[in-house]
Amino acid sequence: MSAGAEHVVGAGHRTRSAVGDTAVAGPAHHPVVDELTASESALRRFLFGLPGVDQVGAESRVAALSTRSIKNDAKLWAIDAAISMVDLTTLEGADTPGKVRSLCAKAVRPDPADGSVPPVAAVCVYPDLVAVAKAALAGSPVAVASVATAFPSGRAPLAVRLADVRDALHAGADEIDMVIDRGAYLAGRYATVLEEVRAVKQACGPAHLKVILETGELATYDNVRRASWIAMLGGADFVKTSTGKVTPAATLPVALVIAEAVRDFFEATGRRVGVKVAGGIRTAKDAIRYLVVVNETAGDEWLTPAMFRFGASSLLNDLLMQRSKQRSGAYASPDDFSVE
Amino acid sequence: MPERDGAAAGGGVARRERTGATGRAAGGGATPARVAVRKTYKLYVGGAFPRSESGRSYLVIGADGAPLANASLASRKDVRDAVVAARRAQPGWAGATAYNRGQVLYRVAEMLEDRAGQLGDAVVAGEGLEPAAAAREVAAAVDRVVWHAGWTDKLAQVAGSANPVAGPYFNFSLPEPTGVVGVVAPQSSSLLGLVSVLAPPLVSGNSVVVIASEDRPLPAVTLGEVLATADVPAGVVNILTGRTAELAPVLAAHRDVDALDLAGAPAELATELERAAAGSVKRVLRSQPEPDWHGDPGLRRILAFVETKTVWHTVGI
Amino acid sequence: MSGRPESAPVASGAAGGKRFAYAPAPESRAVVRLRPTYGLFVDGEFVEPSSGVHFPTVNPATEETLAHVAEAGAADVERAVAAAARAQRDVWGPMPGSERAKYLFRVARIVQERSRELAVLETLDNGKPIRESRDVDVPLAAAHFFYYAGWADKLEYAGLGPAPRPLGVAGQVVPWNFPLLMAAWKLAPALAAGNTCVLKPAETTPLSALLLAEILQQAELPPGVVNVLTGAGATGAALVAHPGVAKVAFTGSTGVGKSIQSALAGTGKRLTLELGGKAANVVFEDAPLSQAVEGIVNGIFFNQGHVCCAGSRLLVQESVAGPVVEALQRRVETLRLGDPLDKNTDLGAINSPQQLERIRELADSGERDGATRWSPACAIPERGYWFPPTVFTGVSPAQRIAREEIFGPVLSVLTFRTPEEAVAKANNTTYGLSAGVWTEKGSRILWMAKHLRAGVVWANTFNRFDPTSPFGGYRESGFGREGGRHGLEAYLDA
Repeated sequence: MSAGAEHVVGAGHRTRSAVGDTAVAGPAHHPVVDELTASESALRRFLFGLPGVDQVGAESRVAALSTRSIKNDAKLWAIDAAISMVDLTTLEGADTPGKVRSLCAKAVRPDPADGSVPPVAAVCVYPDLVAVAKAALAGSPVAVASVATAFPSGRAPLAVRLADVRDALHAGADEIDMVIDRGAYLAGRYATVLEEVRAVKQACGPAHLKVILETGELATYDNVRRASWIAMLGGADFVKTSTGKVTPAATLPVALVIAEAVRDFFEATGRRVGVKVAGGIRTAKDAIRYLVVVNETAGDEWLTPAMFRFGASSLLNDLLMQRSKQRSGAYASPDDFSVE
Repeated sequence: MPERDGAAAGGGVARRERTGATGRAAGGGATPARVAVRKTYKLYVGGAFPRSESGRSYLVIGADGAPLANASLASRKDVRDAVVAARRAQPGWAGATAYNRGQVLYRVAEMLEDRAGQLGDAVVAGEGLEPAAAAREVAAAVDRVVWHAGWTDKLAQVAGSANPVAGPYFNFSLPEPTGVVGVVAPQSSSLLGLVSVLAPPLVSGNSVVVIASEDRPLPAVTLGEVLATADVPAGVVNILTGRTAELAPVLAAHRDVDALDLAGAPAELATELERAAAGSVKRVLRSQPEPDWHGDPGLRRILAFVETKTVWHTVGI
Repeated sequence: MSGRPESAPVASGAAGGKRFAYAPAPESRAVVRLRPTYGLFVDGEFVEPSSGVHFPTVNPATEETLAHVAEAGAADVERAVAAAARAQRDVWGPMPGSERAKYLFRVARIVQERSRELAVLETLDNGKPIRESRDVDVPLAAAHFFYYAGWADKLEYAGLGPAPRPLGVAGQVVPWNFPLLMAAWKLAPALAAGNTCVLKPAETTPLSALLLAEILQQAELPPGVVNVLTGAGATGAALVAHPGVAKVAFTGSTGVGKSIQSALAGTGKRLTLELGGKAANVVFEDAPLSQAVEGIVNGIFFNQGHVCCAGSRLLVQESVAGPVVEALQRRVETLRLGDPLDKNTDLGAINSPQQLERIRELADSGERDGATRWSPACAIPERGYWFPPTVFTGVSPAQRIAREEIFGPVLSVLTFRTPEEAVAKANNTTYGLSAGVWTEKGSRILWMAKHLRAGVVWANTFNRFDPTSPFGGYRESGFGREGGRHGLEAYLDA
């Protein structure tokens, strides 16, 4: 597989002459990344050289993919994969240590009656509850993710946002979910957005960085594609759709556009960036549709918890219900599974 | 009908001269009679007035049986040349604004009106009408052109549509010219009939190759002279005189002709032409017997030579 | 794809990949009850053909004989046309439009109600993926009946004239690529306008028209208003030649269309033809490329490329030809070829061995003529008629694969440099049915749409159909329009 930028279709032919062919991977100083971010004007040129996204075409593509019929073994695999990809999330003003601890218990053993159910990928909480989650998950494979950077609006000075990140890390967060400055993006200050992602990435150190685009506020798929590239150029480990606080949150076409972007970024740089869809995904059927979109767009290399996540809370129980139905043949009751 | 070769053509026809000063002078004895300058009736192809490439001509006989003139007897190659000229001119005519096509057609009406007397005389001579009836023919022909001139910038509104498809698409349909239309002009109505079959394809932007009435070709030739001075771009209308049975099959089989109006083709010939037209899936309009050209022409002839083009576009942000 | 061996062993339906292989998801065929033999539908009844001859119709995906259908001869044509003429004169013609409308609404509803059955039957007889028969063919067929039902009592408002009258008996010959949908395209406007019909479905795909006949019985459509004669070319020829037929509507090959036009010379019958195509799908460098790739795939691989308006010539701007072809090939590798009844199948079977042979012959000519042939590695089922999705690059305009209608899943890729060149190449064909344009520049879309000689121009989309949208060709793609207000014109004397 060549990683040369001339293979970047989504990135557009205009990058072709600008960047050299290289197979060296590495987030910080990849020549492609350096080239595209060498100056504000270089970044802008690149972003506006990306091919546009036709809304109708993108939506009809996902509509067609949504007709995929996932049955039997494939469905069982998909349900377990989806469970293992869940970032079990609570992001309420009313969150308490008790709520977080019960969520953590659920994360480790989603169905206490069935030990074959895999644990979820992570628990996602506000920074002040990271320590509680960390303690509750000690010894488990489940990671602690924390939203930071003045989530969900991001409307705080950069220093405050960075302090937010450092606090979460200090409390033991394994993963940081930051929000981009949508105001800066919509005002055309792309370099500002990029620099802030870089700054947060630097603050994260080894912790994984998920960059939330809040696609509901970016409004167009063109913006989703451009913002995805900014996030990836800034060092994001994941591109994440939404905070869950804005409607619309994740949608299948947004996932399609992001999946194309991570695929194209991989072809350009050799670095695989993950995708997290968050907000509004409540049913196993929804989740499987996302898996299909990612599978047929980015490829099945993305179908692991390391590369794909669902940010959700109620989704997990529906996955468990469908799993039970798939195995026993009988439809489950919502009360068969715990409510946290 | 007598046919002449090139060497024989050009003189010696006992044509009736137009009445008026010249005729009267010829009858007087005081001064030597002025010798009239006769007109040579030629083809109209690509904006020029060539003789037939074959060098042939034929004698046109008036309604009263007296010889009128020698007309060019067009050949297969003249058909070919006319189609080439029509094809070359068509995109420009179709590409002109509808407003502009309307202006040009209206200008044609102005020029026709200007030559009303001459055309009336030609109709009298060719069709044997009384002068008053001939004048009505001419007037109707002028009005017919005016009527069509007004259609150019309305046709798309009447024949087009916005189509409410069940999806996020803007969808519209517009009439577009078919391309090059071959017209067999009516045999009897040499001016009004001719104008009635010539104007409709021009409205939408077709170019035309017309085979004039075989026995009454002279008004068609004069019409060509009108068109040439009325800002009709060269090649948009091409007029051939000669034998319908010889020329029409060439036109019908020509693969670069898109449509046929068989108004003036006798029934048996028309069937043969229809069959030939199938070779390149031409659109064919048959209207035997010859209609009453004074009636309401309707949109049928205009619509016979348009293609409905439908365009879809996504609607999204 | 560059650097990838063409014969790399990849499982069929590579989209499934290693981790997430979709399990088979076949639609049940139990919903369809096939009879061993079918008669002709004449004057409201299923009757035996006068010849007594039946011929088999097979499932092209399995080569299994599905049923035997009757071969209509001259005597049957005579009976059917007589029944249609009687029904037109005595019942359907005099019936108020508002009543005709209600019959058509009924038909639309029953088509919807029995959609699963129709879709499965269509897929069995035709070989097209159930996803398409279910999501495209059958819903659009129902939509056509709905749309024209509403016209039946509004004909004087159609802008065709103050008192439009039906023509009489329409002889309608439809092809095998969209058997039910084409029947709906033909019947719905004809019936709305007050004509009666004798429909001749294609020899290899007669079953959905016969099921439609049952539906018409269920709708209690008066006898003789629609008659269905199954058979081969001779049946169709006898039908269009019958003096009692006032109007002929044909969809099919340009060759047969020409022979019908020629045969009808001098008869005064009205004729509409919807014939072949060699559509250009023009992709500019500023196109929404991901969607363009989808449009290219949909343009040529929808219904195995058995589509008269298929985007069989990709004209891609030279400056993006490399990346577009690579993205296209990557996408084509995800196509799932196989059991048409599987709900995840993207590419079904070729309809007949004759068609398969023609596709093979033309594809081989492409190779011989020096174009580069590419197909993804995909397993071809052992039985049935199949052809892998195929992309030819390095195609020059003079090659047969750039000029002749292949009517199969074979794409020819050509390049251009400027919009003028794109138009010149797109129009350099004797056909003129459809075209595609992909660019984000609005003014260029409209410029292209104006200059492309094609009856349908899809901008930033492809292969979209709607009953309100007129469809039909320029030049040797035929004449007349189907769909929309314009579609009524073919069935009315205005």
